[in-house]
Amino acid sequence: MTKRIVMGPFNRVEGDLEVRLDSSEGQVISAEVTSPLYRGFEKMLVGKPMMDALVYSPRICGICSVSQSVAAAYALAGLGGRSVPPAGRHAVNLVHAVENLADHFTHFYLFFMPDFARDTYADEPWYQPVAERFAAVKGTAAKDALPARAAWMEMLGILAGKWPHTLSIQPGGSTRAISRSEKVRLGAIIAQFRLYLERTLFGDTLENVAGLFSADALWQWADQRASATSDFAMFLQVSRKLGLSKLGVSHNLHMSFGAYCLQEGHFLKRGAWQNGGPAVLALDRIREDISHAWYRSAGDASGPLNDFPVPDYDTSGDAYSWCKAPRLDGAPVEVGALSRLLVDGHPLLRELAANGANVEARIVARMLELALIVPQMEQWLAAIDTEERFIDHSPLAEDGEAAGLTEAARGSLGHWLRTRNGEIEHYQIIAPTTWNFSPRDAQGNPGPLEQALAGTPIREGEVEPVAVQHVVRSFDPCMVCTVH
Amino acid sequence: MAKSPPLRLLWLQSGGCGGCTMSLIGAQGPDLVRSLEIAGVEIAWHPSLSEETGSEAASIINAIAEGREEIDIVCLEGSVMTGPNGTGMFHRMAGSDQSMMSVIEKVARRARYVVAVGSCAAFGGITAAGGNEVGAIGLAYDGKQAGGLLGEDFRSGSGLPVINISGCPIHPDWFTETIMQIGAGAFDERDMDDLQRPLNFAGHLVHHGCSRNEFYEFKASAQKLCDMGCMMENLGCKGTQARADCNIRAWNGSGSCLDGNYPCINCTAPEFEEPGHGFTKTPKISGIPIGLPTDMPKAWFVALASLSKAATPERLNRDATSDRLSALGEGKRRK
Ligand code: SF4
Ligand code: SF4
Repeated sequence: MTKRIVMGPFNRVEGDLEVRLDSSEGQVISAEVTSPLYRGFEKMLVGKPMMDALVYSPRICGICSVSQSVAAAYALAGLGGRSVPPAGRHAVNLVHAVENLADHFTHFYLFFMPDFARDTYADEPWYQPVAERFAAVKGTAAKDALPARAAWMEMLGILAGKWPHTLSIQPGGSTRAISRSEKVRLGAIIAQFRLYLERTLFGDTLENVAGLFSADALWQWADQRASATSDFAMFLQVSRKLGLSKLGVSHNLHMSFGAYCLQEGHFLKRGAWQNGGPAVLALDRIREDISHAWYRSAGDASGPLNDFPVPDYDTSGDAYSWCKAPRLDGAPVEVGALSRLLVDGHPLLRELAANGANVEARIVARMLELALIVPQMEQWLAAIDTEERFIDHSPLAEDGEAAGLTEAARGSLGHWLRTRNGEIEHYQIIAPTTWNFSPRDAQGNPGPLEQALAGTPIREGEVEPVAVQHVVRSFDPCMVCTVH
Repeated sequence: MAKSPPLRLLWLQSGGCGGCTMSLIGAQGPDLVRSLEIAGVEIAWHPSLSEETGSEAASIINAIAEGREEIDIVCLEGSVMTGPNGTGMFHRMAGSDQSMMSVIEKVARRARYVVAVGSCAAFGGITAAGGNEVGAIGLAYDGKQAGGLLGEDFRSGSGLPVINISGCPIHPDWFTETIMQIGAGAFDERDMDDLQRPLNFAGHLVHHGCSRNEFYEFKASAQKLCDMGCMMENLGCKGTQARADCNIRAWNGSGSCLDGNYPCINCTAPEFEEPGHGFTKTPKISGIPIGLPTDMPKAWFVALASLSKAATPERLNRDATSDRLSALGEGKRRK
């Protein structure tokens, strides 16, 4: 007998989420993922002066506001005419990395780990220390992590004026030149964050963590740290006990638009990954399906530069979400830190996700990005020549079309725009969680989360199945981005 | 004296971006958890911070909405979504078939204090831009128009109207200070401006303490985003009209929009989202900015400006269109 469970409001995700499950014999058979909020940024932007995209689009999302700015700035830059000076490029990469890493950090401490402090687990042998550390708001971790996070965001006071919703990121670089003394101050903030990561999150140097190249090495490392202070090792121990590597498995295609533009390409590569090997990332094969979303089509459905779905709220048909269903050559795609590191080629993640992406691999990937990117930030900062320009103001073409592609913490983010006489004529956004939390498409393919939820165990008598919560939150969803 | 029980706070989100919460968890000296403790405020439920999810969360919200559980403070982040066609279904409360609009109204009418967090909740904000097809409004304002969801005459249990902590996003201190005042029983109508914004930030102009004040005095103006000069004349800066203390109270340790080298867009004001011109452009009539300081006769402003322009020190003229200050002057830096 199948049983229907409706979960919502789903919290500790950014924004609003509802998950409907059909279950039978203690496991999920199929899932429907619903985003119940629509705001309409794509329409809002039409007719605005093109540079104003830099004011509106960050406000799509207060958690990846910089990523939205970066995508908008790249799209505008795609209209041609500007070349970002090296100091500006480093500054933008630093600003972007601060936000992406803050996101991983916040997700781990405030959004994901508190679920292991639930009463459901009270009888588990590992429960007591985990609950004391990670209980929502009341745990010791929140008290440690909030000040560490706030101190980290001071990077953005200096480099970007404020966060969220900075205007400092521009198609030609960064509005804010930094001085020699500010450069040292930024170095001190990074050093302080590194200290927190090394003392409290990992209990080891970032280099040692980034150098864990196999599952054996990871587990050996985790065992050695059993008695030391290491929030990450604590997660790994719980993950092993609960079998999180078998939970939330998806066999999707993964993709990354490439993160952090350097002179010689992206620091984390652009590409796709499927079944243990590289796959084609045909950017011109991206389409948004609306067969199960509350929209009707306008435009010609030939891709985000021409398509323009308009809201049409009608609960009588197949539609069940404000989220559209982006597909790459017809296939659903998973995006995020794990996807980025799979594409980029980190051997540990390739091993952990060899049998499909899973809850454990998604969390490990985020923690690994912290260990990988902070040392890079130190180098980008060192490479800034404070005597140089940070921005190029050459005029942009007022008529044209372009795409701005980047990686937010949660995965691939794209803005597609067309301008005429300096005004926005068309604007489409596909955000990371739009990929991950998409509803079904016309072929009936479920979105990545919908797939990953199938087979999730439900414990006796559970109303809010805790395993479902782990799976959902392992994607670190951001619903305000999703539907924008 | 016996310690009074903590004030219980319910936080809901609707048509916004979550940026106000994200800003708030960046509170410093003290951090958010400590600030709430100091204020004597306990979270009944907050979508980002609480453990309760799904039906557990819904039962907390419903108990408050139906008056089975008392609530001291209700905060809304994000605008109230009234569309399509007044149904509110552009935002349905997850796990239920009610519109968020109706849930917000019910809990707000039960609260001792109602706080609109951010310009969306206060006035409609960015969500109301571009023709507002979604029908975004604030709790007690629809743009500049008093009314909003709760009506012009709304008073919460304490007798106060909605407290509009506007800003896009809010500065964390604007919220923590307001809550501390409420917790101490020391917040009343005298602590608000005419748009119901707490004076802890609305008692200032963004222009106060702007590091470009010297440039402003001499009308030494920036030409492009990155220049050190005053951004009023060419780059749309509204700091002389915008009520907020952004240049007195640091953002993220040490910043402000102006220190980031971009203009104030007056994000604490109703309808900031539709300035009627490019955000980083100053509309002018025959060369004179139309958005001059409102409390000064225009003719005087123009006369003074041309006088002070004539007297601008060379250093300021040069720096106004440069991305670095040269207060030391040529040759004064140690070689
Ligand atoms: S006021 Fe601004 S920051 Fe706050 S929720 Fe609205 S859009 Fe986001
Ligand atoms: S930049 Fe704006 S806030 Fe600063 S001095 Fe000029 S007008 Fe005032």
